Amino acid sequence: MSTKQEWLEKVYKRGTERPVRFSTLSDMEVEPLYTPEDVKGDYATDLGQPGEYPYTRGVYESMYRGRLWTMRQFAGFGLAEDTNERFRFLLAQGQDGLSTAFDMPTLMGYDADHERSIGEVGREGVNVTSIHDVARLFDQIPMGKVSTSMTVNCSASALLAMYLVQAERTGVPWNQVNGTIQNDMLKEFTAQKEWICPPAPSLRIVTDMVEFCAKKAPRFHPVSISGYHIREAGSTAVQELAFTIADGLCYVQDAVGRGIDVDDFAPQLSFFWDLHSDFLEEIAKLRAGRRMWARYMKERFGAKNPKSMMLRTHAQTAGVSLTAQQPMNNIVRVAIQALAGVLGGVQSLHTNSMDETLALPTEQSVMVALRTQQIIAEETGVTNTIDPLGGGYAIEALTDRMEREATEYINKIDEMGGMLKAIEVGYPQREIAESAFLYQRQLEQGVKTVVGVNKYSIPEEIPIEVLKIDPLMEERQIQRVRKMKRERNSTALKEALKRVAEACRSGENLMGPICEAVRHDATVGEISDIYRAEFGVYKDPGWI
Amino acid sequence: MAEKRLRILVAKPGLDGHDRGAKIIARALRDGGFEVIYTGLHQTPEMIAEAAVQEDVDAVGLSILSGAHMTLFPEVIRLLTERGAGDVSVFGGGIIPDEDSSKLKTLGVKQVFTPGASTEDIVKWVRENVQPRD
Repeated sequence: MSTKQEWLEKVYKRGTERPVRFSTLSDMEVEPLYTPEDVKGDYATDLGQPGEYPYTRGVYESMYRGRLWTMRQFAGFGLAEDTNERFRFLLAQGQDGLSTAFDMPTLMGYDADHERSIGEVGREGVNVTSIHDVARLFDQIPMGKVSTSMTVNCSASALLAMYLVQAERTGVPWNQVNGTIQNDMLKEFTAQKEWICPPAPSLRIVTDMVEFCAKKAPRFHPVSISGYHIREAGSTAVQELAFTIADGLCYVQDAVGRGIDVDDFAPQLSFFWDLHSDFLEEIAKLRAGRRMWARYMKERFGAKNPKSMMLRTHAQTAGVSLTAQQPMNNIVRVAIQALAGVLGGVQSLHTNSMDETLALPTEQSVMVALRTQQIIAEETGVTNTIDPLGGGYAIEALTDRMEREATEYINKIDEMGGMLKAIEVGYPQREIAESAFLYQRQLEQGVKTVVGVNKYSIPEEIPIEVLKIDPLMEERQIQRVRKMKRERNSTALKEALKRVAEACRSGENLMGPICEAVRHDATVGEISDIYRAEFGVYKDPGWI
Repeated sequence: MAEKRLRILVAKPGLDGHDRGAKIIARALRDGGFEVIYTGLHQTPEMIAEAAVQEDVDAVGLSILSGAHMTLFPEVIRLLTERGAGDVSVFGGGIIPDEDSSKLKTLGVKQVFTPGASTEDIVKWVRENVQPRD
C-alpha cells in the first residue's frame, strides 16, 4: 500500500479534478483524502468515551439512546396573547421546550409607549413591557414543568426578574424554575449589537445574574454563550468557535474573580451554536467546541465537577443561509443543517422555517420545521449509535484543525488581556466584518454557490403565503401600557427603582432590587433607563 | 480635471443590530470610489437627516431589516425635505416585500434592493443614478 503522499503524487494525480476551489463554506481548504496519517491524537486523551473527559464524543453517556434532544422552536410575535397561543400550539405538536422571541423595543430596553418603539412593537417578536405581559405569555403553561428559553440580552435582568416573580406568583418556587436566558452581552458587542451601556458594566450585570442564579435559582441557566450571532454576522466557523469560547472564558474569569467557586456556577452555563450548510465543518466545530471547553475549564480554572467541563448546547440552523428566492429549497437546507447538529451531539435544536427570510413564519411552515427534527429523530436511525462519525479520518482531522486554529485566536485574545479588552478595541468586530466581506466577494465571483441565487435562478418566482402582523396591535399594547402606568402604586415603585439605582452604584447584586421593582410593576424601559443614567449609553463606533 | 467624488451616507435606522449588509455595502461603495460615511447602528430618522445635512452628502442609503421600512423611509425623506435637502437621493435595501417596494418608490425612494442584490449592482446603480448636488 502506498503512503498518503505517494498516493497523492502517483495515483490521485492521474485522475481529473473539477475546476473549483475545494474548500469549506468558511473557505478552509480541504484535502482530497484523509487517512490514519492525518489523525495524530490519542483516543483516550483527545476523544474519550461519551460522557467522559474531554467529551469530544458527547457529554452524556447514552446520548440520544437515553433521551432525544429538546425540540425547541423559537417563537414570538405581536401581543403576549398571540405568542401564548403559538406556544400552546407548539406544545400540542410534540415540542418539549419553549423559546421566546422578543420584539426590538423589549430587546433594546424601551417600553412599548416609548417614541423609539414606534413601528417596531410586536413586529420581530413579542412585546413585553411589564410583568403583566409575562403573565399573559405563560398563561395556562406550567412554569415549573416546561423549560423556557428567553432570547434577550441587555435587558435580560428585567426579564429574568419578571419570569421568576411570575413563577412565584403561580406557586412555583425559584429552585424549581428551569430555563435559559441568553444574556450573553459580549457577543452583543461583536455580533448581534443590542446594548444599553458599555462593555464593562454590561459584563458586571451578567455576572450579577450568574451569581444570583447560582444562589437562588440553581436550575436556571443564566447565560447561553452564543456563537450563533457571531456566525450570522459573517464570521467563519473557526472564528465562531474561538470568539464564543473566549466569551465563555471571560464570564468564568469574571465570576471566579468575585470569589465564586467555579463549580458553583459553571454547570449552569450553556452554549448556543449556529448550524451552517457545510456539513463536515459544522460537525467538526461542535466536537472541537466540547473538547476545548472541557480542557479550558479543567486546566485554566481547575474545575472539579465534571458538569463544569461539559459543553451542553442549543443549536439553530443558519438563518443567514436561507434564501428569499425559491423558498421551498430552504426546507432542504434546514434538514441538512439539523442533521449536522444531531451528528454533532447537540442537546437542543431549533430548525428554521422556510419562509423566515420573508417574514415571521406561518403555523404551517413552523410545523414542517418541527417535523424535520422528528423525521431525523425517528426515521433516519442516526440516533441509534453515539457520535457515529467519530473516528472518521476526515472528521477527526477537521476537528483537530478547528481546535488548533481557534486556540490560536484565543491565545491572541489572551495576549490582548481577554475578550473584554479585545472588544473594546474592536478586534473581533473587525475580524468578523472582514470575513463577511470576503464571503460576499466569493459569492459574487461565483467561487461559492447559493442555489437559486447566484446559480440555478429562475425568472418568475411563485409567491408564498407569509404571516401578517395586525397593524392595530401596536396601538393596543401602547394603550394597555399607559393604563397600567396610570394605575400602579407610583410611590412604592419610585422607592423600588431608587434601590436599583443605589445597587448600580454600590456594587450590590442588582437582581434582588430588580425583582422587588418588578413586583411593583417596574417596566423593562424603566430598569433600562436606570442603567442608562448610572452606566452611560454605548454608541456604535461604526467600524467598517 | 477629476470629477467631484460622490458622498454617500450609509445609514442603519431602527433598533435592530443587523449591520452585516450595511457594512458590506459601505465598504463596497468605498472600494467603488465614493466617499462613504457610515452612521453606525440604532439611528433615528432625525439623526440620519441631520448627519446627511452635516456631511453634505449626495445620497443616503438606508439598510432596514426590522420590518419598519414603511415608517422609516418616508420619515427620513420628510425630514430631509424639511432641512432643505429634499434633493438628496434616498435609496435602500433589506427584507422588503415587492408590494411595499413599489409603494416606497411612489413615496420618493429612488431604488430598493432586496436579498440577492449584488454589491456590484448597487455600486453601478449609484454611479448611474445619483447626481452630485450643487
